[in-house]
Amino acid sequence: MAAEDSHNRVGVVDPDPIIGPGHTFETVTDKISSIVLTRPVTPGWVFGLLIAFSALMLLNLTITLLMIKGVGIWGIRVPTAWGFAIVNFVWWIGIGHAGTLISAILLLLHQKWRTSINRFAEAMTLFAVMCAGMFPLLHMGRPWLFFYLMPYPNPMWTWPQFRSPLVWDVFAVSTYLTVSLLFWFVGLIPDLATLRDRAKHKAAKIIYGMLSMGWRGSAVHWSRYETASLLLAGLATPLVVSVHTVVSFDFTIGIIPGWHTTIFPPYFVAGAIYSGFAMVLTLAIPIRKFYHLEDLVTIRHLDIMAKVMLATGLIVAYGYLIEAFLAFYSGDQYEIYMMENRFHGPYAPLYWMLISCNIIIPQLLWSRRVRRNVGLLFVLSLVVNTGMWLERFVIIVISLSRDFIPSSWGMYYPTRWDWATYVGTFGLFFTLFFLFIRFLPMISIVEVRGLVHETNEEKGHS
Amino acid sequence: MPQIFHRSTNFISRLTIYGAVVILGALGYALYTIAMSPWYTQQNVKRQQPVPFSHRHHAGELGIDCRYCHTSVEKSSFAGVPPTQTCMTCHSQIWTNASMLEPVRASYRDDKSIEWVRVNALPDFVYFDHSIHVAKGVGCTTCHGQIAEMPLTQRAGTLYMSWCLECHRQPEKYLRPKSEVFNPYYDPPSGAKQIELGKKLMAEYHVQSLQTCSTCHR
Repeated sequence: MAAEDSHNRVGVVDPDPIIGPGHTFETVTDKISSIVLTRPVTPGWVFGLLIAFSALMLLNLTITLLMIKGVGIWGIRVPTAWGFAIVNFVWWIGIGHAGTLISAILLLLHQKWRTSINRFAEAMTLFAVMCAGMFPLLHMGRPWLFFYLMPYPNPMWTWPQFRSPLVWDVFAVSTYLTVSLLFWFVGLIPDLATLRDRAKHKAAKIIYGMLSMGWRGSAVHWSRYETASLLLAGLATPLVVSVHTVVSFDFTIGIIPGWHTTIFPPYFVAGAIYSGFAMVLTLAIPIRKFYHLEDLVTIRHLDIMAKVMLATGLIVAYGYLIEAFLAFYSGDQYEIYMMENRFHGPYAPLYWMLISCNIIIPQLLWSRRVRRNVGLLFVLSLVVNTGMWLERFVIIVISLSRDFIPSSWGMYYPTRWDWATYVGTFGLFFTLFFLFIRFLPMISIVEVRGLVHETNEEKGHS
Repeated sequence: MPQIFHRSTNFISRLTIYGAVVILGALGYALYTIAMSPWYTQQNVKRQQPVPFSHRHHAGELGIDCRYCHTSVEKSSFAGVPPTQTCMTCHSQIWTNASMLEPVRASYRDDKSIEWVRVNALPDFVYFDHSIHVAKGVGCTTCHGQIAEMPLTQRAGTLYMSWCLECHRQPEKYLRPKSEVFNPYYDPPSGAKQIELGKKLMAEYHVQSLQTCSTCHR
């Protein structure tokens, strides 16, 4: 893409820029920082926050009830002991992956278009990982004993079972959260200093001042900042691949049919990035409209993200194909039955919905007109998100509900509290997101200024 | 532009960053110390009893065998707390007027048990059986400490799982010949000799190092 860009730019004005025309350092800084500093609180923002906060309170209620009564309030019954909690865990953590991919891998690959979407994609990662991390803890039944999963000197002389992928999960997810948080915060520091310098209110000056950790923008600061960003990007890059690989191991170590295809790790990672980009689009499209950021998050951005979605979607489709093929190729009657059960068992409608949401409908993205139709793209991103959620439901519930002995089969029906927990995590996610767009620069001022500089230089040369 | 922060903020910020490491470390150390302290574990803390019964006097100075009172120790999971009748086998004859023993006589008269305060109690989620330990060469004093020197009984161990595992992981360090199990003054051979003896006894008594969760958490 970079090569294509430079060809486009020779002699003519880029017809399809990654930043709107006429932007200077001043306008970029003004535009982004004014959202936080001078823009009055709008009724739309308050209304959105209220809805999200109500859902968060629903989560609060559910967790309280869960602590009092136990996991029995959910629909999990043997044999399906992994209901919504694990479905939602895998779904949320998958969503986070796009943020890390955009901020780490694309940084290392010098993809310029990432600059105006990386900040809120990273925020999305953080909040999604928080939502995800809650589910395994709640699912344990006694969340207050979660520290048993940590290796620490204790009077029981016990140690976590390192052969269990559930322990790997703890390390994978907590490392992921830590690195994502650090990366996000380090990236924020120069912008926080900008806000500190532009703030009028005393309290804002002090708070942004503390958060910017004494940033003065000296050459030494910049040099260290660049090094730290690169190092963190290097640390975060393997995490894009490793976290969801470990999540897929949660399944492969089990004995249940349908969880043993060797394509599981790459297919999980592709699925994670697929759903993550869908979520970035779900968030970016309304934000750029409501905050009039169309010249920073351009149609070109949406187009590229749609292409990434299409590509990862095809990998996921290949995963489904191999899963089905290997079930029959194995000759194992239980694997074959599992696949037939997906095709026309009691949960078959969900399987076919998954196939249409994740494979058939997204083929529309081959068309350039669809990729540049903002409304349609928004709908498609929701479709893919639904599809990816269904994928986890299909993998977990269909396999568990019918294993080897028909006498041990049993259906899984989510209860209202299953739904309440799920909706509640949306509450947490969007509450944090609404606060984020109000109090922090949702687009990296520094990096977009860098982009303006590069674009102007290229123009000057031509 | 006036400065937002005073110069001292630089010092405070450094102090809090480096201090956080020290404070977190100290907090962890403090918590661990509390968890291992007698205040929390009741290790070596004397318990007040309705009658100030002295193991030092009875098991030590007089040399009464443990099993005279704790009759079920070889047959049952529970070693047994003696009924008042056991006390009265002697105390109906000696120290019959001692005021200290009035609760014992009252208990005998009214046919009401003395309510001893439990010193060593394991949680209900742990299965523990005295008989198997005694049968495999684990001495009374291995777990109960120098009982023959306790005027009032106290816990000799923390009763933490680590305390159990210390022996379960390396039984050879603690085993003694069966003939010495009830000897409160048993003096184990030192160092390498104990290991040698322990290994021999492990083979002889078919002692396994049982460490699976379900050994005790049934």
